[in-house]
Amino acid sequence: MSAETQAPEQRSDDEIIASIGAYEYGWHDSDAAGMSAQRGLSEEVVRNISALKNEPEWMLNQRLKALRLFGKKPMPSWGSDLSGIDFDKIKYFVRSTEKQATSWEELPEDIKATYDRLGIPEAEKQRLVAGVAAQYESEVVYHQIREDLEEQGVIFVDTDTGLRDYPELFQEYFGTVIPSGDNKFAALNSAVWSGGSFVYVPPGVHVEIPLQAYFRINTENMGQFERTLIIADEGSYVHYVEGCTAPIYTSDSLHSAVVEIVVKKNARVRYTTIQNWSNNVYNLVTKRATAAEGATMEWVDGNIGSKVTMKYPAIYLLGEHARGETLSIAFAGEGQHQDAGAKMVHAAPNTSSSIVSKSVARGGGRTSYRGLVQVLEGASHSASNVLCDALLVDQISRSDTYPYVDVREDDVSMGHEATVSRVSEDQLFYLMSRGMEETEAMAMIVRGFVEPIARELPMEYALELNRLIELQMEGSVG
Amino acid sequence: MPTLEIRDLHVSVETKEGPKPILRGVDLTIASGETHAIMGPNGSGKSTLASALAGHPKYTVTSGTVTLDGEDLLAMTVDERARAGLFLAMQYPVEVTGVSVANFLRTAKTAIDGTAPALRTWGKEVKGAMENLRMDPAFAERSVNEGFSGGEKKRHEILQMELFKPRFAILDETDSGLDVDALRIVSEGVNRAKENTEVGVLLITHYTRILRYIKPDFVHVFVDGKIAEEGGSELADRLEEEGYDKYVGANATATA
Repeated sequence: MSAETQAPEQRSDDEIIASIGAYEYGWHDSDAAGMSAQRGLSEEVVRNISALKNEPEWMLNQRLKALRLFGKKPMPSWGSDLSGIDFDKIKYFVRSTEKQATSWEELPEDIKATYDRLGIPEAEKQRLVAGVAAQYESEVVYHQIREDLEEQGVIFVDTDTGLRDYPELFQEYFGTVIPSGDNKFAALNSAVWSGGSFVYVPPGVHVEIPLQAYFRINTENMGQFERTLIIADEGSYVHYVEGCTAPIYTSDSLHSAVVEIVVKKNARVRYTTIQNWSNNVYNLVTKRATAAEGATMEWVDGNIGSKVTMKYPAIYLLGEHARGETLSIAFAGEGQHQDAGAKMVHAAPNTSSSIVSKSVARGGGRTSYRGLVQVLEGASHSASNVLCDALLVDQISRSDTYPYVDVREDDVSMGHEATVSRVSEDQLFYLMSRGMEETEAMAMIVRGFVEPIARELPMEYALELNRLIELQMEGSVG
Repeated sequence: MPTLEIRDLHVSVETKEGPKPILRGVDLTIASGETHAIMGPNGSGKSTLASALAGHPKYTVTSGTVTLDGEDLLAMTVDERARAGLFLAMQYPVEVTGVSVANFLRTAKTAIDGTAPALRTWGKEVKGAMENLRMDPAFAERSVNEGFSGGEKKRHEILQMELFKPRFAILDETDSGLDVDALRIVSEGVNRAKENTEVGVLLITHYTRILRYIKPDFVHVFVDGKIAEEGGSELADRLEEEGYDKYVGANATATA
């Protein structure tokens, strides 16, 4: 054991202090592909993406149609301030490696090093996940699924491969849950989508360990348009987990995903997101699931990073006794606006939904809960419960609640509860009088506040969340 | 021998109308192993003394000194005071939602000692201390002070005193709201801590009944922000019979 290789990282006190509260994933790799990528959006760009992927005609046509819809749709006039997005400056497609890898060693050295730093290969080695997809810029660069699941007929590939290798299944469901014209950003994604995951779980198959996807933006002014399609056939179960990071640049990037999920009769899908983009990423995501008779859909949605997030995972309860649940957690620090929430549409009798939202704002950050519960005519005996709690860590931060309810049926049960609280002087005093420093006391209060959601996360994500809370709080105490 | 020395302490509280003086020159010295009772009528400033010593931000020390073992206590932050060995059993401990008692105790113990307690012995220690205070083991998994009865809150405070092993403990009306059985159990906890650790105790109370279980070495009568009279435990017996009328009346005349 030589002193050279084993010496701990030497950092001066100043460096340590400077790093406190800093974003940890802000490095960027050398970037030949990104540098040369074309900026701006045109029919040419869309045709080019489709051609590079050797796509069938129907997909090209769908893309072009979506591009026209994108041009027609107005920017949302509500929610966050999106005036900083310059569609002409964005790079819509960056191919970082020619060939998708099935072992980490096959990846270009700097990309592999990035995933090593993020701890992804390690999690796979320890079998914490049943399959891994790693998307770098526009495309999935690494993909692997456990052999036993493959034998049972589980499909877990990147979306481009899904289109190529499973054309019928793909075409049957693609764009059926979220049509291209749903909103401006869904239209944009439908025009230039690239990467994401395609998952199919056959009837009765339970995937006990989560499938994991990891999204990384490396290039400045990158637009990442992940497109994910999950189909859980009758009586099946799958848990899909995604994480996101990006480097810190002075100008902004855009992540605009579309995630469609079809949960068939008596199946159950849980979709967990821990979004920790750097503070120069606009994160504008459309996520929607349909739940058939007796099916259960669960969104666990964590928003910690990004400059602006607008995301309201939706569940359409289409069959009797379908159940939807959204657990949402948001942190907004300096310069951040997390406009997040949920949407539940009860379209069949005896359906039930639950929304639990927790948000924490500090350092002048802003959190908004925006939710819609809709009970359509005929959806009798439906029940919905909404609980949203906001915690303000200081006097300069802000939290708003926009709960919308639209009920067209008499015999339903609706509950709604919302609270906004501040970390109290007495709570801090109590914990500090037990020897804890102010940051530690603050982190303990915040961890306690989000505990009902943290306990729903896979272990390594719960630990990661705790660490992120501590980092956030260290930045918050002067 | 370690001492907690309070010299000519003046303290104001922040109110909407501006700072309001509460303590008007408190002198008190507590040595290790000693138990001092501070008794007095409501509004005399007893709890202000407790909060000011622990460093609650609502209270401002306007003059005077407090030293713990020669160190300037008033120059320390709240958490530094705790790590220096000061403990305050609070009259109204606050709820911390989502934080289990077990997690809270371990985190606090680690913060106070500077190192994490050994996992195996710590578990036993907590379990034993909880048994002594007749606390259900399920208590460890509940959120700190959330939904606790008055008696449970006080037991939880004394549990911390036993586990954290402070050098000086201030008990702020720990007896209030307790029935006879709970009062005895809590008092036994304080007495165990005294036997095991040489802790110096400042016991703040309105009533004399806790002093049947915890024998004070000194009794101080607190009136209008300062000590009006001092004596041994016999002073408590006299207060039991005569009440505080004498002091309050005298004061009323003097300020009229």
